[in-house]
Amino acid sequence: MFDTLTERLNTVFKKLKGQGKITEENVREAMRQIRLSLLEADVHYKVVKSFVATVQEKAIGVEVLSSITPGQQIVKIVHDELVELLGTRHTQLRLTGVPPYPVLLVGLQGSGKTTTIAKLAHMLKQGGKHRPYLVPADVQRPAAIDQLTALAKQIHAPCYPSKTSDNPVRIAEKAIQEATRAGCDVVLIDTAGRLQVDEPLMAELQKIKEAVNPSDILLVVDAMTGQEAVKVAEAFNERLDLGGVILTKLDGDARGGAALSIKAVIDRPIKFVGIGEKIEDFEPFHPDRMASRILGMGDVLTLVEKAQEAFDQKQVEKFEKKLKKNSFTLEDFRDQLQQIRKMGSLESIMSMIPGMQKLKGKQNLQLDEKELVKVEAIINSMTRKERLNHAIINGSRRKRIARGSGTTVQDVNNLIKRYVQAKKMMKRFSKMGKRKNFGKGSFPFPV
Amino acid sequence: MARDGGFFKRLTKGLSKSREQLNEKLETVFAGKKEIDEELLEELEEILITSDIGFETTQELIETARKQLRRKDINNPESLKQSIKNQMVSLLKPREGRLPIDDLPIAPYVIFFAGVNGVGKTTTIGKLAKNLKARDKKVILAAADTFRAAATPQLALWGEKAGVDVIAHQDGSDPSAVVYDAIQSAQHRLADFVLVDTAGRLHTKKNLMEELKKMCRVADKVMPGAPHEKLLVLDATNGQNALMQAKQFHEAIGLTGLILTKLDSTAKGGVILQIAHEFDLPIYLIGVGEGAEDLQNFDAEAFVQAMF
Ligand SMILES: Nc1nc2c(ncn2[C@@H]2O[C@H](COP(=O)(O)OP(=O)(O)OP(=O)(O)O)[C@@H](O)[C@H]2O)c(=O)[nH]1
Ligand SMILES: Nc1nc2c(ncn2[C@@H]2O[C@H](COP(=O)(O)OP(=O)(O)O)[C@@H](O)[C@H]2O)c(=O)[nH]1
Ligand SMILES: [Mg+2]
Ligand SMILES: [Mg+2]
Repeated sequence: MFDTLTERLNTVFKKLKGQGKITEENVREAMRQIRLSLLEADVHYKVVKSFVATVQEKAIGVEVLSSITPGQQIVKIVHDELVELLGTRHTQLRLTGVPPYPVLLVGLQGSGKTTTIAKLAHMLKQGGKHRPYLVPADVQRPAAIDQLTALAKQIHAPCYPSKTSDNPVRIAEKAIQEATRAGCDVVLIDTAGRLQVDEPLMAELQKIKEAVNPSDILLVVDAMTGQEAVKVAEAFNERLDLGGVILTKLDGDARGGAALSIKAVIDRPIKFVGIGEKIEDFEPFHPDRMASRILGMGDVLTLVEKAQEAFDQKQVEKFEKKLKKNSFTLEDFRDQLQQIRKMGSLESIMSMIPGMQKLKGKQNLQLDEKELVKVEAIINSMTRKERLNHAIINGSRRKRIARGSGTTVQDVNNLIKRYVQAKKMMKRFSKMGKRKNFGKGSFPFPV
Repeated sequence: MARDGGFFKRLTKGLSKSREQLNEKLETVFAGKKEIDEELLEELEEILITSDIGFETTQELIETARKQLRRKDINNPESLKQSIKNQMVSLLKPREGRLPIDDLPIAPYVIFFAGVNGVGKTTTIGKLAKNLKARDKKVILAAADTFRAAATPQLALWGEKAGVDVIAHQDGSDPSAVVYDAIQSAQHRLADFVLVDTAGRLHTKKNLMEELKKMCRVADKVMPGAPHEKLLVLDATNGQNALMQAKQFHEAIGLTGLILTKLDSTAKGGVILQIAHEFDLPIYLIGVGEGAEDLQNFDAEAFVQAMF
């Protein structure tokens, strides 16, 4: 459903080939596309409006570098602006003053606060740096205390024994004393989910804040949130003066425009992101990745990093060399598929590749585990010569391979098509892996 | 941009004006207007998009209104407003649906509740259980979320509140086994309903969607034809991603209906219009709070009225 912005701008600028400067006229249609793309990503209407106006101003009069197209130039301007707006560097959890440092997590119902507390605690514990203490102060949701208590046990962190009959403000106060006694230095307080218009519950948060004087207060927001994000962030910030934001559920395919909306209206750093249900699915926020994602250009850098974790370095180098020489064969393809399976579910990996969202629906790119077995069988039925040069696989060879692997010619055709696609794609992201920062002039996205 | 403050300044200015406007309803925007001009149409666009209706649907609604305007079918702000509302109601009206509570075609009637994480599946089951119990139905809850910490005690507390039995296994066990057990004991105990709580899962996770399919297959094995309803729970605070959720869950298990939660928030849940447009699925229930009584039938007119 979501066309990538680059594809759209491509169409827009096809007509404008050969123009040397971005002018007011030729930028107008491009801005319309950018607006559309941002709205589809759930960026707030007003934020989109201001953003597009700013970008347009910046774009007009810009010389189009001879090496790239006007479309590329515009996407680069948009991307740079987005990164700048999202925050150029990573901001840490704020732990200042005298320990124990209380940290408060707040947000709407179901946004991921409780899970995130456990993830934060796990992260703080790594390397023996901190001793976190968990505090269930959600007495509203049934079994919320059990939930945090169970998570605390999983990560071997102490947890305050709250009861549903306790008052959340009292819980928080007493928990700080307990944490001090237990020799813990960070106190992570889980609060009940609440609507920003729920006056009594918002007042309760304020009271907790006054009682424990938190070192940091973080708003936990679901990446799937729509236009509502702006109102939520504004209200929580007005009430509590937030220290930052955590964006959860980024492991899905939500474009996450809420991140931009929130950053724009409250100007607080997005500190971390949740990328799964497990304790270790937690990362620092990367503005450049987020910008690409909001623009529908895929989470390419995350993918590259995941790939780097899964592949050992030597193999990566070998692989990169092959890509550079464009000598990536079907045999490599088979090896890669096996490697990729180590990186996690195929679906989640595919969703990180630009353009994949759209292609995913198409039959020839649906990769599931059963398919992989088929793929292996097909490649195994090829001769080595065929594996090294797919161009020689003609009709009669395809028939033979199909017979040999117990599949159909259609399957063989699909595989070869897919291989050619993958070859193109691999080439694309191998190029990007080397550029951690999108320095000026180094435009990573082929338009 | 953040450097020179230009963007933020403009934005803050825009928003302080919009702060009131964000909460403003169609009614107020249209109140002072005598005629339909581009400014009014733009304000209309803003209201629709900020309701999460989505760019495309918004354009379609406005385009239809423009046509009516050209044909002079509408000629003042009041009739423009009415046109938009009518269009929405006619999109949603055919999607009004009611669960066959008092005329069950078969018992036990097995209902699956699926959806992404944190949308309100468990709470909706709790509310519905209470509701059914009040109508003298025999209900069994199946705690088939064996993954999330304390998912079972959460459902068990709702079971207690509603006064209905809960079938549960150990944490981390196979959710299909819970489904199997729950249906079987519902058959033994001559229950009317089995409400199956499933773990939240993102529609992009192949293996979790496979797990859900398996749960359906197992239900069908114990009781051919089960599950009789496969409901997707959607969160009204979600934006355009809800469309992807509907698409993928429908593709995976063939949904039979929808539930929209958290409509007590200031979010409008406008994405449901697009979903209603693309999928022929009844919207059975809406959630309007965290209490057992905060569950309502979906009513197209009331929904559209509440949107503005
Ligand atoms: N305001 C409001 N909150 C709701 C509504 N429905 C559910 N909630 C809250 O949303 C949060 C998540 O609800 P759950 O029922 O646990 O959601 P779930 O889909 O079962 O979540 P997981 O099993 O964790 O995926 C809880 O805090 C509920 O109280 C509603 O209609 N309005
Ligand atoms: N896929 C995914 N699920 C998450 C993430 N963070 C939290 N969840 C899930 O979202 C649901 C609600 O989380 P919870 O921590 O209970 O939210 P709370 O109501 O804000 O405390 C649970 O099912 C969690 O497992 C994330 O980053 N990715
Ligand atoms: Mg919680
Ligand atoms: Mg649940």
